[in-house]
Amino acid sequence: MTLTDTMPSDETQLTANTRSGRLVDVRDLSVSFQMAEHVVEAVSGVSLQIDRGETVALVGESGSGKSVTALAILQLLPYPKAFHPTGSIKIDGEEALGASDKFLQSIRGNKISMIFQEPMTSLNPLHTIEKQIGEILLLHRGMGRTEARGRILELLNLVGIKEPEKRLNSYPHQLSGGQRQRVMIAMALANEPELLIADEATTAVDVTIQAQILDLLEDIQRKTGMAMLIITHELGIVRKLAKRIYVMYQGKFVEEGKTADVFANPSHKYTRMLIASEPQPRQTTPDPNSPMMLETKDLKVWFPIKAGVFRKTIDHVRAVDGVDLVVRQGHTLGVVGESGSGKTTLGMAVLRLNRSEGSIKFGGDEIQGNSFDEMRPYRHEMQIVFQDPFGSLSPRFSVGQIVEEGLVVHHTSLPESERRDMAAQALQEVGLDPANMNRYPHEFSGGQRQRISIARAIVLKPKFIVLDEPTSALDRTVQVQILELLTDLQNRHNLTYLFISHDLKVVRAIADDVIVMRDGKVVEYGTCQQVLKNPKTDYANALVRAAFELAADTSGAVNV
Amino acid sequence: MSVAERTDYPEPDAAPVRAPAQLDTFMGMRITPLTQRRIDTFKKNRRGVWSLWFFGVMFMVSLFAEILANDRPLIISFDGDIMFPFLVDYPETRYGGFFETPAEYRDPYVADLIEEKGWILWPLIPFSFDTINYNLDVPVPSPPSAENWVGTDDQGRDVVARLLYGFRISVLFGFTLTIFGSVVGVVVGASQGFWGGWYDLLFQRFMEIWGSVPTLFLIIIMASIFTPNFWSLMFILLLFSWMGLVDLVRAEFYRARNFDYVRAARALGVSDAKIMFRHMLPNGMVATLTFMPFILAGSVTTLTALDFIGYGLPAGSPSLGEMLNQGKANIQAPWLGLSTFVVLALMLSLLVFIGEAVRDAFDPRKTQV
Repeated sequence: MTLTDTMPSDETQLTANTRSGRLVDVRDLSVSFQMAEHVVEAVSGVSLQIDRGETVALVGESGSGKSVTALAILQLLPYPKAFHPTGSIKIDGEEALGASDKFLQSIRGNKISMIFQEPMTSLNPLHTIEKQIGEILLLHRGMGRTEARGRILELLNLVGIKEPEKRLNSYPHQLSGGQRQRVMIAMALANEPELLIADEATTAVDVTIQAQILDLLEDIQRKTGMAMLIITHELGIVRKLAKRIYVMYQGKFVEEGKTADVFANPSHKYTRMLIASEPQPRQTTPDPNSPMMLETKDLKVWFPIKAGVFRKTIDHVRAVDGVDLVVRQGHTLGVVGESGSGKTTLGMAVLRLNRSEGSIKFGGDEIQGNSFDEMRPYRHEMQIVFQDPFGSLSPRFSVGQIVEEGLVVHHTSLPESERRDMAAQALQEVGLDPANMNRYPHEFSGGQRQRISIARAIVLKPKFIVLDEPTSALDRTVQVQILELLTDLQNRHNLTYLFISHDLKVVRAIADDVIVMRDGKVVEYGTCQQVLKNPKTDYANALVRAAFELAADTSGAVNV
Repeated sequence: MSVAERTDYPEPDAAPVRAPAQLDTFMGMRITPLTQRRIDTFKKNRRGVWSLWFFGVMFMVSLFAEILANDRPLIISFDGDIMFPFLVDYPETRYGGFFETPAEYRDPYVADLIEEKGWILWPLIPFSFDTINYNLDVPVPSPPSAENWVGTDDQGRDVVARLLYGFRISVLFGFTLTIFGSVVGVVVGASQGFWGGWYDLLFQRFMEIWGSVPTLFLIIIMASIFTPNFWSLMFILLLFSWMGLVDLVRAEFYRARNFDYVRAARALGVSDAKIMFRHMLPNGMVATLTFMPFILAGSVTTLTALDFIGYGLPAGSPSLGEMLNQGKANIQAPWLGLSTFVVLALMLSLLVFIGEAVRDAFDPRKTQV
C-alpha cells in the first residue's frame, strides 16, 4: 500500500490548487539575535520561493545562516532573543511572521515538517517507535491507538523499514543510525506535509546510509508530490536532488537559479570556490622500499560481554578481529568502513591507547605489552588527531598551552621560552599566526581548531600520526585545505599517516594504500587505485558507489 | 630502532619563529576567558553580589568580635602607661588592688582605681559572650535596655555579644567542615571516576553502607562518652559529610575520561596524575563550587540543630542553636528567639542568594564559549 492510495482527497486538492501554486514565499527576510551587549545579524534580506512539488536546495558553509532561515519559516527561533528587522513569510498566502501560536501549530508538523541532522537526539529515548509516530497522529488528527497503528505501519513501510510490525515496540537505541533517520522521516511524513525541510539530514550518517536516505526522499517525493527544501553543504546531494538552488554566504543569498545553470556558470566567487573544492586524487607516489613504520599481525581488540553475579565473560564484541597491516615510512594507509566497523578502535589500538592482543611493531620494536611508562619514549613519535575539532581541545587552555603540553612531558629540561618558541613554530607550520598563542580555542573556527590539533601533534616531531576522521566535521572547502596541509606536512617531513575515514573521496586524496573494514575484519586490502577502480567485494563496491555517485546499494552488502 | 632518526624540521621561513610574550598574570594565575565569563555572569546577578558583600562584611566584622564586644577595655591609660587589656592579662595589683589574679575590669572597685590615675576606653559592647551582667535591676532574661541592646539571656549574658560570637563560630565551623568535606569528597569521587572498575564498585557499596549510619544517634552516643568540642564535633560530622560531592565529581570524571582532549593528552604521554589534575579536575570543580554555598548553609544548619538539642558545642559556648533553645524555653522573652531567628535567617538567606548566583555563573548555557 502506498501513501497516495489512502489520501485521495489531498491528491485532488493538490491538483485543484495546481502544482505550480506557490507554497512558501519569503521576501526580504532578516534575522537578528539580541546578544548580551550587541545585536548579531545572522540573515540579512533573503528572498526564497518554494512552489508545490518542487525541490529547492539551500547551500552554504556552516554559520552562513542556512538553518536559521529554515527555522524562521516555521517560526521556531528562540524569540524574543531572535527577531526580524525586515521581511515577510507567506505560507500558502498567509503571513506567518508574527502569526498566532495556534496558526503556527497548525502549520508545523502538518503542512510543513522538518527533519534534523542528529537522529539520536531528535527522537525521545524513552518512547517506542509506535508512540513517537502515534503522538503526532493523535495531536494533529486525533487518531486513536488502533486507528493510528495501521497508519504507522504504512509509514514505516513507506520509509523502507523492513518488518515494521517487529519494530513498533523498539526504542531508538535499538535501531541503527540509518533506521533512526528513517523513523524521523516517517514522523515528518505522518501528516502528509506539503513541504519537507531536511536540515543536513544526512550529514551525521555514513555515505552508504546517506545514499539510501537520498534515494528514499526522492522516491517519497515522487509518490506524494510534496515539496522539499534541502539544506546542505554537500554539492553532490544538491546535484542529485534539487531543481533550483540558493547559495548562501555570510547571511546573504549570493546566487540562485536552476541547479544545472549554477553549476555550469557560477557567477559568485564563493560558488566557484565551492564547486572547485572537490578533493583531488593523490598525485605523489612515495618510495615503495622505505623502511617499515608500523606493522600489526593478527591484532585483536575484543571487549568482553559479562553477565551474571560473578561477571563471567560470556562472549566478546569483536571490535577489531585479527587485522594485519603494514605501513611504510612516508606512506598513508587509509582505513575505510561504515561506522561501527572498528576503524577508530584500530587506530587507538596501534597507538596502544586501548587494550589489544597480537603483535604491533613500531619502527621495528615490538610495543605490544609495554606499560604506560614504557610507552612514553615512543609517544613523541606517534600522535593522533581527532575528528571533533570542538571536543579535542581543552576549553581552559590557551592555544600555546595546548601545543606545549607534549613538550612539557617529553622535553622536561627545556626552558619555558624555548618551549613556547617551538610551539610558535608548529603553529606557523600549520598555517596559524603564532601571535594568537595566548588566545583560547573558542575564538577559532572549526578548521582553525583542527589546525591547532595538528600543531599539537607535530610539535613533538613525530614520525607517525593517526588521523581519525580529521575532516569529517568540516565543510568541504575547509576539508580540502586541511587535506592540502596534511599532504604538505607529509612531504616536508616524510610523515607516515594512518588515515581513518568513511568518505572515500577524502581517502582518495591522501592515501596510498587502503584497507576496507567491516565488523572488525579487513575485507579488502590494496592500493588506493585498485580498491577504487576494481573493488573486489560487494561491500567495497557499495562504499565506492555511495561516495562517488551517491548511489544506494540494493544488494544487501551494507547495513540498512 | 630501524627507522632512520629524523633530523630537525626545516624552517618554513628563513627567520626563526618566536613566540609572543606571555599574557599578564593576575595574582600568579591566568584568568581564562571561561573564568572571566563566569565572573561577569556572577556580577550580573545583583542580588548575589550584594549578598556576597553583605555576608563578607558581616563575617569580617565578626572576626574582630573581641574588639567590638569584650568585658575587658581596649585601651587603658594608667599612671602614664598605655595598656591593652583585651590582649594582655594584667593582675589587679598592677592598678593597686589586692589580688594577684587578672583584673576584673567590670568591677566598680577596679574601675575606680584606674580612673583615679588615668582613663579607660571600653569596646562598643562592654560584654563578652560569657559576661554575666550583675548590675541588672530586673530578673533575667532582662528586656532590651540602653545597656543591653537586645536584652540578656536567662543567665544575664548580653544577647548582642552572644549573637556576634555565635555567628562567627557558626560560619567558621561551616567553612571548615565544608572545605575539609569537599576536599575528601573530590579526592574520593575523582579517583572512583578515573579508575572505575572494581575499586569504584566496592567503594560505592561501602558508601551506601556508610551513608546509612544514623549520624545523629552516633553523635548522641559520643556526647554521652565525652564532651564534644569544636574539633571533635567537626571530626564526627566530617566522617559523614564528605559523601555529598562524591557522586557528582565521580560522574564528571567518568564523563571527562572519554573527552577527546583527555585522550589526546594520553596520546602525548601525560601521566594519570597530571591528566586528572590539569584536564579533569576543572570539570569536577564546577560541580563542587556550585554546591559549595549550599553545603556551607547545610553545615551551619547542622551545627545549630545539634546545639539546639543540646549535643553540640560545650555548655557556655556562644551558639545560635543554644540561644534558640533559650528562646523556646522563655517565650515571655521574645527578644531571645526573635533576634537569633533574624541572624540565622539572614545568614542562610544570604548564603542561598550567593549560591544561586554562583550556580548561574557556572551554568554552561549562560557561559557558552
